[in-house]
Amino acid sequence: MVALVTPTPRPHEGAPQSAMPAISLSVNGKPVAGEYEARTLLCDLLRGPLALTGTHVGCDTSQCGACVVLIDGDPVKSCAMLAAQAEGCEITTIEGLAGDGKLHPMQEAFRDQHALQCGFCTPGMILTSVALARNNPALGEEDVAKGLEGNLCRCTGYRNIIRAVMAGAKEMAEQGDV
Amino acid sequence: MYEFRYHRPGTLEDAEKAFSKGDDPLFLAGGQTTLPVMKQRLASPSDLIDLVRIPELRGISLKQDTLTIGAMTCHEDVARSADVKSALPALAGLAGDIGDPAVRSRGTLGGSIANNDPAADYPAALVALGASVHTPSRVIAAQDFFTGMFETALEEGEMIVKVTFPVPEYAAYAKFPNPASRYATVGVFVARTQDGIRVAVTGAGPCVFRAGEFEKALEGDFSANALDGVSISPDGLNSDLHASAAYRANLIGVMARRAVAKLS
Ligand SMILES: Cc1cc2nc3c(=O)[nH]c(=O)nc-3n(C[C@H](O)[C@H](O)[C@H](O)COP(=O)(O)OP(=O)(O)OC[C@H]3O[C@@H](n4cnc5c(N)ncnc54)[C@H](O)[C@@H]3O)c2cc1C
Ligand code: FES
Ligand code: FES
Repeated sequence: MVALVTPTPRPHEGAPQSAMPAISLSVNGKPVAGEYEARTLLCDLLRGPLALTGTHVGCDTSQCGACVVLIDGDPVKSCAMLAAQAEGCEITTIEGLAGDGKLHPMQEAFRDQHALQCGFCTPGMILTSVALARNNPALGEEDVAKGLEGNLCRCTGYRNIIRAVMAGAKEMAEQGDV
Repeated sequence: MYEFRYHRPGTLEDAEKAFSKGDDPLFLAGGQTTLPVMKQRLASPSDLIDLVRIPELRGISLKQDTLTIGAMTCHEDVARSADVKSALPALAGLAGDIGDPAVRSRGTLGGSIANNDPAADYPAALVALGASVHTPSRVIAAQDFFTGMFETALEEGEMIVKVTFPVPEYAAYAKFPNPASRYATVGVFVARTQDGIRVAVTGAGPCVFRAGEFEKALEGDFSANALDGVSISPDGLNSDLHASAAYRANLIGVMARRAVAKLS
């Protein structure tokens, strides 16, 4: 995993009313705090200062879902959210999914089922799918297709992705990741 | 995106104060429309006033025959709410079919109706159900709230606090989604309310409207067949690369029949 940058100290406390609001949040379980321009998008905070480049920016126009991260467990397009809006939130990026040197079951399933080719859409696909599986214990193929409506893949034709999500969800349920 | 000042007030008063002090301020809900528009530089507010920390704007409650939903409630919370599912399953279903899961995590009821996109889903529900839009100073009937394309009855700096929905006898929504965005190419919300049958149409025209002919036909006989021979004129309907006005006019009939069929 890529190390987070050392949190920068906050020179002034107080209401975040400036063009440089102080932001503090948690990314993959680690606290992050700093002052960033108000217009900093969450994807830019993640990919720039935090060097978590697993979050991909495909379209930058809310269409493709490559930039999806989990915020307090819910999938969100990080290109359509200000870093300041994530104040106090818990963020999971693709880098935060694997633990103890072991892939998450959904990552493993994408590999097993050949659900990626170029891999550009994959971080968003996997994070959206993890949330989908946690929210829906009896996931069917139609739920997966509907749940991935906001995630575009230009390579795979989706069949293997749906297969992978079904398999990953099953494994998650067996491991008690719900 | 141009620079702006960011505010996160904790009360309605502080939000109003921040708005009145800004040169060209804008309220921020989930940002699902505002941020893309700012990225394209179609809007460049001096101040964004994030409504996320104002308690009055949050929460869903069901009391007697009224369902209340705070303006900052996201679509996913409406879709999953036990209260909405029990009192107004058609509204839970509508919210659960907006966009995609990530849009539903962030997009809000207040943001959707304040924006009044001609293809948004919620306006049809509000108008068909005879809902009321509450601001800090007044209550606006849905019928008077949506005034035109991207236009509402809100005054400059007026916030939506919550929306109250009288629980209908029954209701259903059917939409023909744009296959890319899932916005309504045409959406029809049908409800039997205390004031009788109401049919509201979104996506087809510049602004949500009621289909009076359909209401009359269904009042006499609540069945899909009752709509045979009743049609809506394409005059004044939207025509774009997704659908011509004539196609939309036809879809209104099809979606109305589908909504009614869900109930019979
Ligand atoms: C890819 C995509 C697909 C979508 N698909 C659909 C769909 O299928 N159906 C559908 O209906 N919608 C759809 N939407 C719209 C989306 O669901 C949101 O409802 C909409 O973008 C508004 O977003 P928001 O709530 O984050 O508001 P914002 O973008 O934060 O705000 C929108 C406007 O409302 C104002 N505003 C916000 N809250 C208040 C308030 N409480 N009081 C006064 N003014 C306020 C803001 O100042 C701004 O002008 C889609 C959006 C995207 C990006
Ligand atoms: S980069 Fe965010 S949706 Fe495409
Ligand atoms: S694997 Fe290439 S875009 Fe999905």
